[in-house]
Amino acid sequence: MDPIVVAKNLTKSYTKGLRALDNVSLTVDQGKVLVVMGPSGSGKSTLIRTFNGLETFDKGELNILGIKVDSTHDERKIQKIRRRVGMVFQQFNLFPHLSILENITLAPVHVQKRRQIEAEKYGMYLLNQMGIDSHAKKYPSQLSGGEQQRVAIARALALKPELLLFDEPTSALDPERINEVLDAMRNLAEQGMTMVVVTHEIGFAKDVSDQVLFMDSGKVIETSPPNIFFSNARHERSRKFLNQLDTY
Amino acid sequence: MKINQKIFLQLGISFIFFGLIGILINNLTINLIRTGLGFNFSWLFKPASFALAEYPLPYTSSDSYAWALFIGWLNSLKVVISSLILATLLGTLIGFARTGKNSLLRLISAGYITIIRQTPLLLQLMFWYFVGFLGLKDNMFIQIKNIFNISNQGIEFSGLTFSSEFLALLLGLSIFTSAYIAEVIRGGILSVSQGQWEAFRSLGLAERKGLIRIILPQALPAIIPGLTSQYLNLAKNSTLAIAVGYSDIYAINDTIINQTGRAIECFIILLVSFLLLNLLITNTMEIINKLILKSRKYS
Repeated sequence: MDPIVVAKNLTKSYTKGLRALDNVSLTVDQGKVLVVMGPSGSGKSTLIRTFNGLETFDKGELNILGIKVDSTHDERKIQKIRRRVGMVFQQFNLFPHLSILENITLAPVHVQKRRQIEAEKYGMYLLNQMGIDSHAKKYPSQLSGGEQQRVAIARALALKPELLLFDEPTSALDPERINEVLDAMRNLAEQGMTMVVVTHEIGFAKDVSDQVLFMDSGKVIETSPPNIFFSNARHERSRKFLNQLDTY
Repeated sequence: MKINQKIFLQLGISFIFFGLIGILINNLTINLIRTGLGFNFSWLFKPASFALAEYPLPYTSSDSYAWALFIGWLNSLKVVISSLILATLLGTLIGFARTGKNSLLRLISAGYITIIRQTPLLLQLMFWYFVGFLGLKDNMFIQIKNIFNISNQGIEFSGLTFSSEFLALLLGLSIFTSAYIAEVIRGGILSVSQGQWEAFRSLGLAERKGLIRIILPQALPAIIPGLTSQYLNLAKNSTLAIAVGYSDIYAINDTIINQTGRAIECFIILLVSFLLLNLLITNTMEIINKLILKSRKYS
């Protein structure tokens, strides 16, 4: 089976010659979970945001679900990718003027042209899966951060995506709310969802990921299975980063 | 500041304020005595004995001044409301273009806003009137079986006639105000966080749909107050009608002052008319604002 994500030599420079991405190559196979780690400013967010076209890049090639994109940033192809790839943000980015259920049914109804009733039924099923179906009629501001992030996951799932991208999904949460979101993500991984997760959660990375990709200054420093990365990282830079995470 | 000082300051300010009002009233009385006209409104019901170029309700020169003024008020209302609608549509489109992805459209809309905002409205009205409409020939072009005709007389469209004065004013006011409205819309759109754009984009929603369904509803609370003040400006600017000879309330007032010398009464009428018109606009916008705020149950 073809891989879900193939990135080849992705490079993105800012005007001052700073490189957000420096020759990044990676592969994510069907049903696998890739965790991306690295210090802030290392380019990990930029990297996963190129996967659904929120960021452009200058050089290299990207193949998402068989759709090839290059530096020309073809809008049509990106639109096709977005319909098959879900994304969850650090700040949730729920639509504050829509109810929880409306947040979830928006894309199925207006992008996939499904019937409202059908979309609502599936939306309720997803909310039930996330354990927040009792909040369906509420508005985002009435929910806690953890609940909002689970709504955001349900919203991303509503299009039945073949790949889910998580950009630091627990960084904006209170510590006691982190686990409810991580548990939801664990369940998804167990159900075989292909995921790319930018996170600092070592526990989650150890338990759930198939590969850990470590980045610094836009470069991939190493890609290793979690058991190797966390016990015996190959690269000096990775070990230094992990030590800092521990003390913190 | 000590309490004594405060009281002293307030007394001083009141003294100046009432003193100025006193001087004004004194001047007014002296002038009223000098003209020998006295202060009353009974002349309103005498025949106006001047013709009007445009009247939405039946009017002849034997009708009263009061009726003439009412016709003027209706003419003002007509041009204000139609400019308001046109300016909003135009301004919204330009505001969208100004914030959109297309760099050519962005450039054009920026140019439009710059040119329109940096030239006087009076000049623009003159341009639309003298260059735009009076520049046309009698039967300029397209006359499709009497359905649509455009000439120096204005526009005829299936039985409806719009005078060139009305059209020049409509175009001038709409285009002038649209440039300001575009900036208000742009400000509102920019007040919505970037994360909302990313969220709808990553769901595969097209730009235009996202703008209308996601961004605009959140931008409205920031847009409405700015929009209201642009509408009020538009209503007040409509008095420039006199420059192109459109018979609005101000122009008719002017004629009446010349005929009767009743400057004070006429200005009171004018003040009240505009107060009424602008209260109408403010209150309507207030209601719209409340409806919007009510429709969203989030803080």
